[in-house]
Amino acid sequence: MRIKIPPFFSLPALIRKSFFAPALILIVFFVVFPVLQTVYISFFSPSDEFVGFDNYFDVLSQKEIVNVEDVSKGLSQPFGLGALVHNMIWISIHLPLSLFSGLILAIILRDVKGASIVKSAIFLGMVTPMIVGGIILRFTFEKNVGIVNGLLTFLGLEQLTRSWMAYAETTLFALIFGSVWLWTGFSMIVYSAGLTTIPKEYYEAAKIDGASSFRTFFHITFPLLKPMTITVVTMTLLWELKIFDIVFVAAGVSGGPGGAANVLALQMWNWAFRAFDFNRAATVATILTALTLVITIWMTRYMVKK
Amino acid sequence: MKIRKTTIIIHVIAWSVALIWILPFLGVLMTSIRPFNEVLFGWWNFADFHPSFNNFVEAWNHPNVPLGIGMRNSFLVAIPSTLIPMLVASLAAYGFARFSFPIRDYIFAFIVLIMAVPQQMIAVPIFQIMNSLGLVDNYVGLILVHSAWGLAWIILFMRNFFLTLPIEIEEAARVDGASDFKIFYKIVLPMALPALASVAVLQFMWVWNDFFLALILIFDSERLLATQRIPLMRGVFFVDWGVLSAASILVMMVPVLIYALLQKYYIQGMIGWTVKG
Repeated sequence: MRIKIPPFFSLPALIRKSFFAPALILIVFFVVFPVLQTVYISFFSPSDEFVGFDNYFDVLSQKEIVNVEDVSKGLSQPFGLGALVHNMIWISIHLPLSLFSGLILAIILRDVKGASIVKSAIFLGMVTPMIVGGIILRFTFEKNVGIVNGLLTFLGLEQLTRSWMAYAETTLFALIFGSVWLWTGFSMIVYSAGLTTIPKEYYEAAKIDGASSFRTFFHITFPLLKPMTITVVTMTLLWELKIFDIVFVAAGVSGGPGGAANVLALQMWNWAFRAFDFNRAATVATILTALTLVITIWMTRYMVKK
Repeated sequence: MKIRKTTIIIHVIAWSVALIWILPFLGVLMTSIRPFNEVLFGWWNFADFHPSFNNFVEAWNHPNVPLGIGMRNSFLVAIPSTLIPMLVASLAAYGFARFSFPIRDYIFAFIVLIMAVPQQMIAVPIFQIMNSLGLVDNYVGLILVHSAWGLAWIILFMRNFFLTLPIEIEEAARVDGASDFKIFYKIVLPMALPALASVAVLQFMWVWNDFFLALILIFDSERLLATQRIPLMRGVFFVDWGVLSAASILVMMVPVLIYALLQKYYIQGMIGWTVKG
């Protein structure tokens, strides 16, 4: 049912507009305007000359963003590949790992006594401030004091023990696996909520038809969880692109030894607030935002189609 | 009744996973309550075990970056940064849910899109604006940015909630001559209390946990927030893991307690925000 629209300038119409006014003013001043300003800066040189896309070519050819030399050497020298490449590596490892661990846990925990305690334990990483998460990761991977090296020693792999965050070859991967530990709770919770929406009859029918649990999963569970999968993929991608705090605190402000774990958000901050090169920083931010917007539009279109 | 073998296996797996997951937290907790020389070769060695709160006291009164003041500062920022957007966004969300006007849906879609923007995208202009307004190192500036930043998701969340409310009550009130504002705060807001609780829990946690916005707007060592003090406690050459762990526990205690006590609202907020959104 529709409420009748009063004429534009009548008192009731103005009252209705005043519902939106505070929110729109705040959003325009502190979000929309700064976003446009950032796009604007990214097209200008430090001396305020319009330079078109020059900043973009410049930034993408910096070795902090894409280290062409090291990338071409391939994985024989798997560090300092540039922030953009690191973000991509992060996505390619972290997304499948956290998504499927969350899904498997959600499925297993349906039939477990005390599942809510187990879930809370896994979800703790999502509640923890990322700055603290980073400290915990650093500690966990530290030589002598950290449990990772303790377990390696226990397994007789003492020669592998080291301060994982302090070596260029391992910083990025230690952080990525650590971030799986922090983030898996998210996909587990979303999938758990999704699983409760699947009617029990479907499983009973499949059982009567003699379907294996493997087939039941691929033909019933996974397809019906598609909206959750879309949500988890989107939110996880956005999180991976925006990653900042844990690298800042665990690997250091420059992104670890030789920038081995540098990421886009961190490089943006370094250019803006340590080098005071606002144009380069704005360009990185715009690239980052373009990536996140593509992902979000893809998700919204899917959700609307549904 | 015979317990099936697979049931046992599943329980063992689930509980082992939980145990492994909790190990890093346990490590930090153990390190925080013990003198550092005891945990130098692993907190899992319990040959010597002398628990104490010394590390917590030391972190709280840290000589360079006392965490106690940081915690107070974080509350000073997080409480208004939760209440302001809650009120402002609820008003707008109600408008989006109930009033129709020509470009409503476009504005709404635009606001949803804003949710995807990373904080880095506003960093440089926000710093410049606040600098020219004299609001760098001032909590008013940070609170305004946090409030504006939280609006998008709260509007989306509250609008979806308002759409589930039956419109008949509001229409009856309107027939009785109640104004839009009166309907909003006398009828709609009281019904929205559970949803508002979810918003409060999530927004407070995000502001408390935030690091980036504080990093670009607060520089004065007296005014640093709790999350900003943690990296500064990590010395350059020698890391006192005892104090650092105690500080970590203190800072994460706040969101963890909120989660433990208000889990229902947290999960509802999380699910409503993502899945239904």
